[in-house]
Amino acid sequence: MAVTDGPRTGHLPIDTTDPEEERLARRQRIEDAARWLLPIAVMAVAIWGWHRIVVANEIPHYVLPGPGLVLETLWEDRGLLFASLMITLQITFAALAVAVIGGVGLAVLFAQSRWAEMSFSPFAVILQVTPIVSIAPLIFIYIESRLVGLLLCAWIVAFFPVLANTTLGLKSADHNLRDLFAIYRATRWQRLIHLQLPSALPYFLGGLKIAGGLALIGAVVAEYVAGTGGIGSGLAFRILEAGYRLNIPRMFAALILIALTGVAIYGATSLIAHLSLRRWHESALKRE
Amino acid sequence: MTGETRSGAHNLPGARPGDGNLQGTDAPQMTEPDPILRLRQVDKTFAGNVVALRGMSMEVRQGDFISLLGPSGCGKSTALRLIAGLMRPTHGRIEWDGGAGTDDLGVVFQEPTLMPWATVEKNVWLPFRLRGQPLSRTRDRIREALGLVGLDGFAERYPRELSGGMKMRVSIARALVTNARLILMDEPFAALDEITRQKLNDDLLNLKAQTGATVIFVTHSVFESVFLSNRILVMAPRPGRVIDEIAVPEPYPRGMDWRTAPAYGEITRRTSETLHAGLAQPEEP
Ligand SMILES: Nc1ncnc2c1ncn2[C@@H]1O[C@H](COP(=O)(O)OP(=O)(O)OP(=O)(O)O)[C@@H](O)[C@H]1O
Ligand SMILES: [Mg+2]
Repeated sequence: MAVTDGPRTGHLPIDTTDPEEERLARRQRIEDAARWLLPIAVMAVAIWGWHRIVVANEIPHYVLPGPGLVLETLWEDRGLLFASLMITLQITFAALAVAVIGGVGLAVLFAQSRWAEMSFSPFAVILQVTPIVSIAPLIFIYIESRLVGLLLCAWIVAFFPVLANTTLGLKSADHNLRDLFAIYRATRWQRLIHLQLPSALPYFLGGLKIAGGLALIGAVVAEYVAGTGGIGSGLAFRILEAGYRLNIPRMFAALILIALTGVAIYGATSLIAHLSLRRWHESALKRE
Repeated sequence: MTGETRSGAHNLPGARPGDGNLQGTDAPQMTEPDPILRLRQVDKTFAGNVVALRGMSMEVRQGDFISLLGPSGCGKSTALRLIAGLMRPTHGRIEWDGGAGTDDLGVVFQEPTLMPWATVEKNVWLPFRLRGQPLSRTRDRIREALGLVGLDGFAERYPRELSGGMKMRVSIARALVTNARLILMDEPFAALDEITRQKLNDDLLNLKAQTGATVIFVTHSVFESVFLSNRILVMAPRPGRVIDEIAVPEPYPRGMDWRTAPAYGEITRRTSETLHAGLAQPEEP
């Protein structure tokens, strides 16, 4: 905006603003607005269509509730749903935290020792490629605490992208810089702290973005597998429970909360990535 | 065995075979300081029998500005990497004055090789930082080095905010900042345009005059080598070797008038001839 205002306020007698340039700027502004407005409009139309279909066909609410009813349920059950949301969030973030610590820790270990990498990386891959729904039942047999079981499941799903990306990042430090560190007789530790970890940061943050979403998926899936028994009832449990009772509006309400949580996690990890890279990394730079 | 014995034989600068008619006795640094570095018949063979370097010998004295001049693939970078201790020679020895110590080096690569996540100041701080010296105690020295390369006021910038030539200057400041006794430069200006390159050549000589640094400078530009150095080792490929050493007795400081001096043209011509002679007759198979 300052760019388009500048010439007009700067040069009073002659307006040097090129009409061509102005048109381009205007188009850019329209495009920026459209980026937000279009998806919102599409969403609004879809919700309105949903509403119309339910009303026009007189669909009973235990088959398909209208958007109004879902919203109403969301409000009425807010105490219950909010408590469940907190539990799901807790598991998700705890799993993500452990995934970050474990993933980065293992990646650093791999970068320090080829033997460690050779010994352990196959197991990381095996954990990653085995569907969590097939491991989870075993976990809940052997692990007493339901919370710990859920956490473990979510962690298994979330840690691999952190590990894989960070490992790649630690290895991709500039070769000449490596040589420079060697010439200056840097210790292994100094090389790690001052060269490899900063080089790995963009890769790690890419992994974090993926892991955030996966931690939520892991938490939800594990809760389905864990079933409805016991304490610690997250959003997935609410969906299951509401399903048994044919409380379809509540199922929708819980689903919306899960989707919003996913979007929020993605937004938060993207923001973290942007803030930590904006000073120097290509991915976060604005071209002028 | 091969032609490198010509350059391997010299002990005194005055006795160098490439000297010819140009005197090797009038410059002040010819008072024969002891070599700070000696290469003795150094060979480097890579896996697959690639002979990157054969029988390279040279002596580096305090205050020298030595150019390694040769076409692509003649082992110039290999020689620098050997000197920097990044790899070991297959045969031969590299001797340092006062022991094995090579940690007193400054290096400039062909690319600026800066850490993009660190400011200019922090990049130049690196050699100190790796020796455990805090920024607060070395800041004056860092600012001084940045001043020497003409980058006053850029300390807080990030590398991406600088032009290619400015990044190269940061890289040079980093090599200078510790007052290293030997500075290795591997085609530092090859990627720059001619004007920037000449400017940086001038600046480099000014720096040398001010700091008394000893430099080994890799280049494949005849003009650059004659302008900058007091000794030129001309190299040839397959196998990589030194075919001649040419002295450039013009005293420092050198400036624009050196670029237009008759002696400059004469040495440039002779160096070119040597270079092309080395290309024309490949050594043994
Ligand atoms: N790590 C390596 N492994 C195998 N061969 C190598 C290695 N490094 C260099 N060589 C070979 O050694 C020879 C000399 O390489 P070097 O990089 O020293 O040449 P150079 O004179 O620096 O060339 P340029 O001017 O292109 O940089 C080349 O034939 C190259 O292929
Ligand atoms: Mg090279």
